[in-house]
Amino acid sequence: MDGALATTELPGVFADWFARRGWRPRPHQLAMLEKARAGRDALLIAPTGGGKTLAGFLPTLIELAERPKRNTPAGIHTLYISPLKALAVDIERNLIAPIFEMGLSVKAESRTGDTGIARRARQRVKPPDLLLTTPEQLALFCAWEGARRYFEDLACVIIDEVHSIWPSKRGDLLALDLARLQQYAPGMRRVGLSATVDDPAVIQRWLAPKAGAPVDVVTGAAGAAPIVDILLSQGQVPWAGHTAHHAMPDVYDAIRRARTALVFVNTRFQAEFAFQELWRLNDDNLPIALHHGSLAPEQRRKVEAAMAKGALRAVVCTSTLDLGIDWGDVDLVIQLASPKGASRMVQRIGRANHRLDEPSRALFVPSNRFEMLECQAAREAIAENALDAEPERTGALDVLAQHVMGASCSEPFDLVALYDEVRTAGPYRDLSWEDYEQVVDFVSTGGYALKTYDRYRRIVKGLDGLWRVRNAETALRHRMNVGAIVSAAMLSVRIASRRGTPGRKIGEVEEGYLEVLEPGDTFIFAGQVWRLVGVTGVDVLVQRATGEPAKMPSWGGSKFALSTLLARRVRELMSDDRHWRVLPPDTREWLELQRDRSAVPATDEMLVETFPHHQRRFLVAYPFEGRLAHTTLAMLLTRRLDRLGVGPLGFVCNDYGLTIWSLRPMDGLDFAELFAEDMLGDDLESWLLESAMMRGAFKNCALISGLIERRFRRDQKSGRQISFSTDLVYDVLRRHQPDHLLLRAARDDAAKGLVDIARLGQLLARIKGRIVVSRLDHLSPFSVPMMTEIGKQNAPGSAREMILADAADALIAQASA
Amino acid sequence: MSALALARSGCGGVAVTLGEAELLLRASGVLWLGRARTLVAADLHLEKGSAYARKGQLLPPYDTADTLGRLAAEVAALDPVVVVLLGDSFHDGEGEARMAPRDTQRLEAIAARRRLIWVVGNHDADGPKALPGEVVPDIRIEGVVFRHEPIAGPQTGEAAGHLHPCLRVAGRGGKVRRRCFVTDGARIVLPAFGAFAGGQNVRDAAFSTLFARPPLAVALGPDRAQPIGWDMLVGD
Repeated sequence: MDGALATTELPGVFADWFARRGWRPRPHQLAMLEKARAGRDALLIAPTGGGKTLAGFLPTLIELAERPKRNTPAGIHTLYISPLKALAVDIERNLIAPIFEMGLSVKAESRTGDTGIARRARQRVKPPDLLLTTPEQLALFCAWEGARRYFEDLACVIIDEVHSIWPSKRGDLLALDLARLQQYAPGMRRVGLSATVDDPAVIQRWLAPKAGAPVDVVTGAAGAAPIVDILLSQGQVPWAGHTAHHAMPDVYDAIRRARTALVFVNTRFQAEFAFQELWRLNDDNLPIALHHGSLAPEQRRKVEAAMAKGALRAVVCTSTLDLGIDWGDVDLVIQLASPKGASRMVQRIGRANHRLDEPSRALFVPSNRFEMLECQAAREAIAENALDAEPERTGALDVLAQHVMGASCSEPFDLVALYDEVRTAGPYRDLSWEDYEQVVDFVSTGGYALKTYDRYRRIVKGLDGLWRVRNAETALRHRMNVGAIVSAAMLSVRIASRRGTPGRKIGEVEEGYLEVLEPGDTFIFAGQVWRLVGVTGVDVLVQRATGEPAKMPSWGGSKFALSTLLARRVRELMSDDRHWRVLPPDTREWLELQRDRSAVPATDEMLVETFPHHQRRFLVAYPFEGRLAHTTLAMLLTRRLDRLGVGPLGFVCNDYGLTIWSLRPMDGLDFAELFAEDMLGDDLESWLLESAMMRGAFKNCALISGLIERRFRRDQKSGRQISFSTDLVYDVLRRHQPDHLLLRAARDDAAKGLVDIARLGQLLARIKGRIVVSRLDHLSPFSVPMMTEIGKQNAPGSAREMILADAADALIAQASA
Repeated sequence: MSALALARSGCGGVAVTLGEAELLLRASGVLWLGRARTLVAADLHLEKGSAYARKGQLLPPYDTADTLGRLAAEVAALDPVVVVLLGDSFHDGEGEARMAPRDTQRLEAIAARRRLIWVVGNHDADGPKALPGEVVPDIRIEGVVFRHEPIAGPQTGEAAGHLHPCLRVAGRGGKVRRRCFVTDGARIVLPAFGAFAGGQNVRDAAFSTLFARPPLAVALGPDRAQPIGWDMLVGD
C-alpha cells in the first residue's frame, strides 16, 4: 500500500479540496483509488471513523469529474447500496457538500421506500450519476421492465456496511441482484465497505462476481485501541436480573461527566426502562433522548437531527443506532447489560469519537455476576482484537424464488442462462440443478405434487422457449411484495380521541409486545406513561396517564445470543482461578462460593447440578452456549425425561445454562446418556415440526417466496390474519406434501437461525465424557439467576420486579447459608 | 353457567342441550344430534385454495381433500342418516366446477345411502349445481333451526355458522388459540370446519349482541373438546 501512495495522485481540484479542509488523503483512500483505476473489485476493511465512505466514493467522483462530455444522457454511473434507508439519505446529504465545494457537475440522489412518487418517476426517466439506495429498492429495480437498459452504463456498485448485510436473507437477495446487474453491465466493478471482521475471506467470496474471481482487500489503519471500563457500582453487582437497575445513579453520573454519550441496550424494553430511570434521576435536566425501532420514524429522525447538532447529552438506544452516520461529538459509549458478542461491541464502541488517533471510550455496565464475567471476557477480546466468526452461508431457496419471479417480471429468461447467472452469486455457487428446477416450478405452479394448478401458472414458457410473467397484474403484485425483510406485524400506537377513535400516531409496536396488558393497564412507551384503551385492527389506542405507575409491556429477552467466541472466553475466564484476580471482589467471592459449594467447570466441561428446592427437584446444566441452543436442548431433554418417567414440569434458560424441574428426583440419572448426541435425531425432528419456531420460519418463507402476499393494493391485510392463514397452510402442507420446497426452506431456517442446532451439536460433542455432576442438598450460587426467572412470566410490571427481588433475596440467603 | 347443562362424553365430545335437543359437540368441530342421527358441519369453504390460485396466489391445493377427509372420518365414525352442511360449503360459486374428480367422488360417497342437505350461505348462495343432495335456506331439526348466518340479537333454538368462532386462552406457558363452538344454551354457533377457513375471536364485536348472558365456549382439540368459561377467554 506504500506503493499506492507514490503512484496515485489526486487530481488538482480534489487535492485542493482536501487541502482546504486541512485533510490529507488516507493511504486506504488512495489505495481504493488505485484499485478503481486498475478496474479491480475491492473490499475495504476499516474501523469506523476511518473515512470509509469517502474512500468508496472518491474514485467515482474523480471518474465523473474527468469524464468527457457526452451527447446522449448517461445512465447511472455508481450505485450505492446501504442497509439503512436513513443512511442512504444521510450519505446523499454528506456527498452534496464536497460535490458543491469542488464545483463538480455530478448529480447524487437517494431513493428509498420513503422517496416521493415524483422524484421516483423522474429518476426513472433521468437517472442521476450516483444513486444511493437500499437492497430492497434494488430488487424492485431488477423486477422492472427495462432494467437492463437502465443499468447498462453502470460502472460501479458500492455496498456499504457489507459485513452487516451479507450473512442474511437480504444478503442473499442482494447477491442475486448483483449477479443480475453484472449481466446488464459486464464491466461493473464491485466495491464493499466493511467494518473490521474476523475473516475477510468470507466477504470476499460473497462479493466476488463469480467463483474464484479475485477481490482485492484494502485494509485501513487500525485506530487507537479503545479504553473499555467496567462499571463497579459501589463494588456490588446483583446475583440476578437484567435491567442494571442498581447502577443507574452511576450511569447518570457517567453521562453527566461526558460530552455526549450513547447508551446501548439489548431490547426495547430495556431502552424504555433505562430512559425512565435516567429521567427520574435527571435533576440537572440533561437533554437525554430515546431511540428504538418502535418509535415513529419522524420521532427517530428528530432525535438523530438533535444528535447531529450536538443538542443532546445522551441517547438511550437499541441496535437501531449500531450503524449510521458519524456523530463526531460522542465521547462515551455505555453498554447496559450483556455485550453478547465482541464484534457488535467493537461496532458500538466505534460510535464514540470518530477521530482515529484518539481512543474511543466505553463503559460496560453488567446487570448480574455472570454478565460481569461476560463483560470482562469481552473487554479482553476487544483488547486482543479477537472478533466473532461468521459461518459461511448457503443462499435461501425462498429468496431465490422471489428473485426468479422478479427476473421474469423484468424480461423473459432462459432457464439455463438464469441458472448460470444465479450460480455466480456467492451464496448460490453450490446450487444444484434439481433445487433450481424445484424453485422455478414453485414460482410457476406452487410446486405441488398434485398438478392441479397448471392453468394458474404465474410464469409461463413461451414458444420462443423463454419464461415470462403470466400477465401485468401478476408482475404488479410481485413488485408490491419485493424484499427479504419480514418484520413482525406492526401495530400503530395512537392516542385515542375522546370518542375513542384513533388519533395521532406515536409509534409502532410489534404484535405481541403488549401481550400481557389488558385495557386499563398502564405502560411506558416512547418515554411516557400511557393507559391502554384497546386494540382495534391495526391500531393500539392509548391515553396519556402521566404520573401513574406503569407496568412493563414486555420482558422479551435479547434477540442476540451470546456469541460462540465470547461464550468460550467466559468459560476460560471462569475455569482459571488465577485469572479471577481481574474481577471485582464480590464476583470473586461468588465464584469461590460456587467452587466450594458445588463446582466450577473446566473450559470444556459442563457442570450439571441437582438439588431439591421448595418441594421440587431441580436439574441445572451450564453449557454456556447461548439462550437459543439452551432452549432447544431443554425442549429435547424434557422429552427424554418424560420418557424416563421423571415427569418434568417446566424449564427456564438463559445464556449460561438451563434449569428443568420436576416432582421426582433427578440425581440418579445417567447424565452421559441423557446428554448423548443421538437426541438430535427423531426427537429433534418431531419436536421441531410442532414448534412455534417452525411455524414462524414457515411464515417468513411463505412471505419472502411470494406464496402469501404481504401488501395489497386496497385493504392492507393485518399481520394477524396473515399469521393465522400461514398456520393453516403449514398444517395442510405438512399433512399432504411433507417434502414441499417451502417446508424444507423453513426447516433450514429454523435449524440455522432460530434453534441453533449446529451449535447444539458442537456442544454435545464437546461435553461428551466431560460432564461434571454436583448432587447438592440445596441450590448453588450459579443457579440463582435462573431460579429467580421461574414463574416470572406471569407477574406483570413492577409487581414482577418485587417478586423477583424477594425471590432473589431468599434464594441468595439459602445459597450462602 | 348454572343453567347450562353440560357433560363430557366418552368420545371426547361435550354434550349440551338446546331446548329439547341434545347436542354432542365433537372434538373435530362437527355437531351430532344422536336421536335424529344427524351430523352438522359448518363453513367447509371447499376449494378456497384454488380460489386464491386462480387469482395468482398459489396456496396448496390440498384443502378440499383435507376437509373432506376429516368429514368422511366423522361420517364413518357416526354413520349418520342425515348430513347437514351449514352454508359456505364452497368458498365461491365456481368452486364446485374446480373440484378434482377424486374429491367429487369422496363427496358422492358421503352422500350415498343418506340425506345430504346443503344449507346455503353467503359464499355459495345458490348451492351446488351437479352434486347430490337437497339445497335449502334453512332446516328445522328437533326444534332447532339450522341456518348459515345467525340472526341479530339473542335467539332461542338456533344453530348457525358463518362467524368462524375461535377462542384464546392465556395459560402459564403462553396463549393458545383454537376453533370453538360457542353457546348460551339458547343458541349455538359452530366453528368453521374447512382446512383454510380463518377464525374470529369470540370476544370480538361480532359476537357481542348474540347472547343474553355470557356464553360457554367449547374448544376443539386433537382428541377431546374442552368446555371453557367466558371469564377465561382473552381477545386477540
